[in-house]
Parts: sequence; structure tokens; C-alpha cells
Amino acid sequence: MKRIIYEINESFRIAFAQIRANKMRSVLTALGVIIGIVAVTLMGTAISGIDRGFQNSLAMLGDDVLYVQKWPWGPVEDWWNYQNRPIIRPESAERLNQIIEDTPGSLLEIAAPVVARGASVKAGENQVNGVAVFGTTGNYARMMSAEFKEGRLFNEAEAASGRQVCVLGFDVAEALFATTSPIDQMVLIRGQPFMVIGVLAKQGSFLGLFSFDSQAIMPLNAYRKYFGVHANSAQLRVKVRDKNRMDEAKEELIGAMRRVRGQLPGERDSFSINQQQAFREQLDPIKQGIALAGLFITGLSLFVGAIGIMNITFVSVKERTKEIGTRKALGARRRTILLQFLIEAVSICLIGGAVGLSLTFGLCLLLQATMPSLPVVFSFSLVIVSMVVAVVTGVVSGFAPAWGASRLDPVDALRYE
Amino acid sequence: MIEIEGVTKLYKMGSETIHALLGVALKIHRNEYLAIMGPSGSGKSTLMNMLGCLDTPTAGRYEFNGKHVAAMSDDELAEIRNREIGFVFQTFNLLPRSTALSNVELPLIYAGFSAQDRRARAIEALENVGLGNRMTHKPNELSGGQRQRVAIARALVNRPSIILADEPTGNLDSRTGVEIMELFEQLYDQGNTIIVVTHEEDIARHARRIVRLRDGLIESDRPAD
Ligand SMILES: Nc1ncnc2c1ncn2[C@@H]1O[C@H](COP(=O)(O)OP(=O)(O)O)[C@@H](O)[C@H]1O
Ligand SMILES: [Mg+2]
Repeated sequence: MKRIIYEINESFRIAFAQIRANKMRSVLTALGVIIGIVAVTLMGTAISGIDRGFQNSLAMLGDDVLYVQKWPWGPVEDWWNYQNRPIIRPESAERLNQIIEDTPGSLLEIAAPVVARGASVKAGENQVNGVAVFGTTGNYARMMSAEFKEGRLFNEAEAASGRQVCVLGFDVAEALFATTSPIDQMVLIRGQPFMVIGVLAKQGSFLGLFSFDSQAIMPLNAYRKYFGVHANSAQLRVKVRDKNRMDEAKEELIGAMRRVRGQLPGERDSFSINQQQAFREQLDPIKQGIALAGLFITGLSLFVGAIGIMNITFVSVKERTKEIGTRKALGARRRTILLQFLIEAVSICLIGGAVGLSLTFGLCLLLQATMPSLPVVFSFSLVIVSMVVAVVTGVVSGFAPAWGASRLDPVDALRYE
Repeated sequence: MIEIEGVTKLYKMGSETIHALLGVALKIHRNEYLAIMGPSGSGKSTLMNMLGCLDTPTAGRYEFNGKHVAAMSDDELAEIRNREIGFVFQTFNLLPRSTALSNVELPLIYAGFSAQDRRARAIEALENVGLGNRMTHKPNELSGGQRQRVAIARALVNRPSIILADEPTGNLDSRTGVEIMELFEQLYDQGNTIIVVTHEEDIARHARRIVRLRDGLIESDRPAD
């Protein structure tokens, strides 16, 4: 046991001496492994980054909220069928709430309509363009995932009377009121005065595409006054009582919505029920695509790298045939020789792996510095994965030549010139 | 200590069969100093490799310290070579990138000695061959004679039962050759068993017993005069 540890030690020493003596050759040989490791780690980083980004983004959609909309999330082929659906009116939320109330043991808790459009928000000299302005009812408070930095959402009474109050997203509040608290201040939304009664805490962006922090929320009735036509087409958000029974809740909601819409039996639903799950499912092919491309590049470069390493190990065995003979004469067993050349191949791969990892790490830092909104995740498990990949590549590619070396006849090896 | 009988070694070269050894019998005892002589191609190296357990006979019996070698596996032979036999080669066969000390330590790694024990023993062996001041030199920083001394230290370091030297002076000038033979003399006096293969009478004269080979057969086996 002790002996094999000494042998492995010695093998590493020899391997590194050998690599040092053949620097250029070793670097060129390691190139395939370097590229392979960069590919596999970048892939891992991208996938976990997307995952992380989605986790954050989806959390904001709420995992216990169903969205009733004209269009489903995700691609459709027969788009004309959806195009011709009647719009979903905000008033449907009231009908829906009525039905929910009348259903004993309903899995649904409450529905709120949400209408939206882009608008500019102004306070004094400051102006923010392209803010997502939402109109909704007081029930919205029950399904909001965002936290308040300060203030509150309008209540049912304020909403019903259409008071001109609003809640600002973090970035909007920051931009308009750098030094003072926005609470009780007036802002102009599309030129109409609104009093700020709340500010949301920072939420981040949806995959770096659009920001949740650039929004403003106002009572639906106030919204109606100024954005009339746009107020007719809404989405309904429905909070579910038990998020472990989403599927049943969805079934119930479909039934309830059909009643609201007065649909006949046999008719196709004239609405779609969306939930964050749909996003996850949409994401899967993207992740699979990245994984496939990454694995392909990784596989290809590791394959090329492995052949290079196999070749260099064969050369190394050939060059050192006499040394192998000498070692055998001094008492090296087959195992010893096998280990020595395996370790040599593995060492080249490990060096390649370390270089590849550093490259990826540098790349990640660069990405993070240039695009801070990108969710880049360089995890420790990547280090483990790439080291394992490197070792496996080394063992696989070094095995044939090392095996050959271990089987050499000592006398033949000693006579080799 | 060593007993061989009817040892034959055949090499097949295509359709031709070369008889390197044709039924050789030999007994070697502890603390003998033996020279194996003969013209080139007479089978000296083949016999030496056989005695050193580097090779197994095609036919015949070989007992080393009472153990039957012919039936041993590769790894068992490696074990015997490591513990019982010290090789000295004509071309020194040192590892070029390792220091004298590391070269001498090598057999001890295969024997499973700890780093400290290896170091201590290797230093002792190098001092024994008069190279106490050259331990950190690499082979290319040493003269031929010094390289062969390192090789001899390496052969000695694991305290083998026997030292086998195949033409140890073949690559050395005659003056250095004489120095090396004096070193063997000294090792013999310390109680080592030594077999030297040579085709030079001057060298063979140092031994106490001379075995002459011709065409794979023992021609004569008698004490040196
Ligand atoms: N591995 C081998 N393959 C084929 N022939 C060999 C081999 N080793 C030795 N021989 C032959 O066996 C004979 C004896 O060789 P060897 O023992 O090396 O002689 P010596 O050392 O006395 O010069 C020679 O004819 C040589 O060519
Ligand atoms: Mg010879």
C-alpha cells in the first residue's frame, strides 16, 4: 500500500519533469483538452446562469398564480385561432370572483384583472420613458410577489373610486426622486397627476431582457379614465389556494372561465391559462440546445485531444523504451509502468483542464464586468466536473500506450536503441 | 545460491531459430566473484539476463535461493530483481533527468521504502562508491566512470544477493575501467557476490572464477590464475 503511494508520487514527479522537458509539445497536446474544458465549463455556466436567471424571474411571476389570457405563453402553430378569440375584459374578474365565492371548497382564492401599456412618468424635471403602467384592483395585493420598499398598494375603496394614486417600481422611483422619498409626491403619468403611495423593492430583470423595476401600478378605474381603449383588453391573475394542487386548480379555473365566457359544451376554450410552469417547459429546449452544442464541441475537442495525448504517450513510450527496460530491471512491476504513463497522460490533461478553467473563469469575469445584468454563475462544481473530465480523458487516452509499455519484455526494452 | 541445469534459450527470427544457449549448467555460491567470458554472440548476455531473472529459459531448471524461477510470473520476477539482484549495464542506463541521488533511490521506491529511508540509504551507497560529493549532479554532468559508479551504487542500494554486470567497462577508457574493476574488488571484499560479463582477459583476471562460453555452451569453468 505504502509502496503504491511512493510509486504514484514518483510517477507525478517524473511526469512533470517530462512535461517541463517537452513544454511546447505538451502545450500543443493539451490544446484539445483546453478547448474541451472551456466548452464544457462555459456550457455549464450558461445553463446554470439561465437557470438562476429564470428562477429569479419566475419567482416574480408567482408560483401560485394562474394567468388567464388570450394567448398562451409559448409558440402556437394555428395562431389565427387565437387571434380570433374575443378579448378578455377586466370585468370578467368580478364574475370570476363571484363564481369562486359560490363554489364550496374552491381551490381558487381570488382573481384580479391587469391591464398594461407603456407610458412616460414625469416628476418635475425628471422623466422616465417606457415605464410599464399597470391598472388593477385592490385584490392584486393578495397575489403580488414583489415587496414594498416603502408605502403600500391602494386598497379596494381607493381602487373602486378610481383615485389617482400609484405605486412606482424601484428604478422609476430612483430616477425621479434621487434625494427625497417619493411617498406623497406627485408624478405625471402620460401627463396626468398621480400621487405616489408606495415604492416596490428592487426585483431585477427578466433574464436581462426587461426590468421588473421599471413599472408603475395604478387603480384600474383611474387607468380607464385616461387609457380608455387599452383598458378593455386585460389579463386575469388568479391566486390559487394550494400551490401543490395547481393542476386541479387549473381545471377548476377553466370550468369557471367557460361559465364567465358563456361557452357551450364542446366548444373550444376561448382563452388560455398560463402559469410559470409553461416558461420552465419552454426553457427546457433552450437548455437542451446549449447542452447539446456544448457537449458536441466538448466531445469533439476532447476526442481530438485524446487522440493527441494517446499519440504523444506512444511517442513517449517509444522514446523511453530503454528507460522502461531499466526500470523493469530495477524491479518496476507492470503496474508501476502502467501507472507511470497513465499519470503522464493524466497530468497533461490536468494541466489542460486547469488552463481551460482559468480561461473560462476569466471569460466569466469579463462577461460580468461588461454585462452585469447577465446571470453568470461560475460554480465550484464546474471545477470538479472539469477535473473529472480531464482525468477521465487522460486515463482513456493514455491507457493503450501505457498498457503496451507495461507489457514490454524487459530484455527487448533494454536492447532497444 | 544459484543453480541452473540444462538451460536452453531459443530465439525465433522468422523461419530461423537461433540457439543462444544450449543446455547450460552452472552453480554459483554466495560471495563468489565470477567472470563470464566468450566471443561476441556466444550467449553471455543471454545467460546473464537469465541469471538476473530478466528472462526465462525456453527449457531447463533455474533455482534462485531455492525458488524455481522458470515458473514465476512477471511480477514475481520483478520482485526478485528488485530485492535480490543488482544490475550494472554497459551503457549505465541512468535516468537522464534525475540526479545521481534520485537514480540511486529508484530501486528503493519499488521496494516501498519511505522517503527518508531512501535518502539515507542512497547517500550511503553513493558514499560507498566514492561519489559523496556528486549526489545532486545529473548524469550529463558526470564523467563516464562517475556514471558507472552511480549505476553501481544503484545496484547496491537495496543490498541484493548478487550483482550482475554486463560489460561494465565496455564504454569506458581502460584507465577508468581499471578503477571500476577495483571498485568491484572492494565490493567483493565487503562480502558481495559478483558476476561480470566481459570479453577482455584483463578484466576477467580480476575475478576468482572464469566461465567461458562458446556457441551457447560452457567451454570451460575454472578458477582464475
Ligand atoms: N532478442 C533476441 N532476438 C533474437 N536473437 C537474439 C536475441 N538476443 C540474443 N540473440 C542472439 O543470441 C545469440 C547470443 O547473444 P548474446 O547473448 O547477446 O551474446 P553475447 O552477449 O555473448 O555477445 C546471438 O546470436 C544473438 O544474435
Ligand atoms: Mg552481450
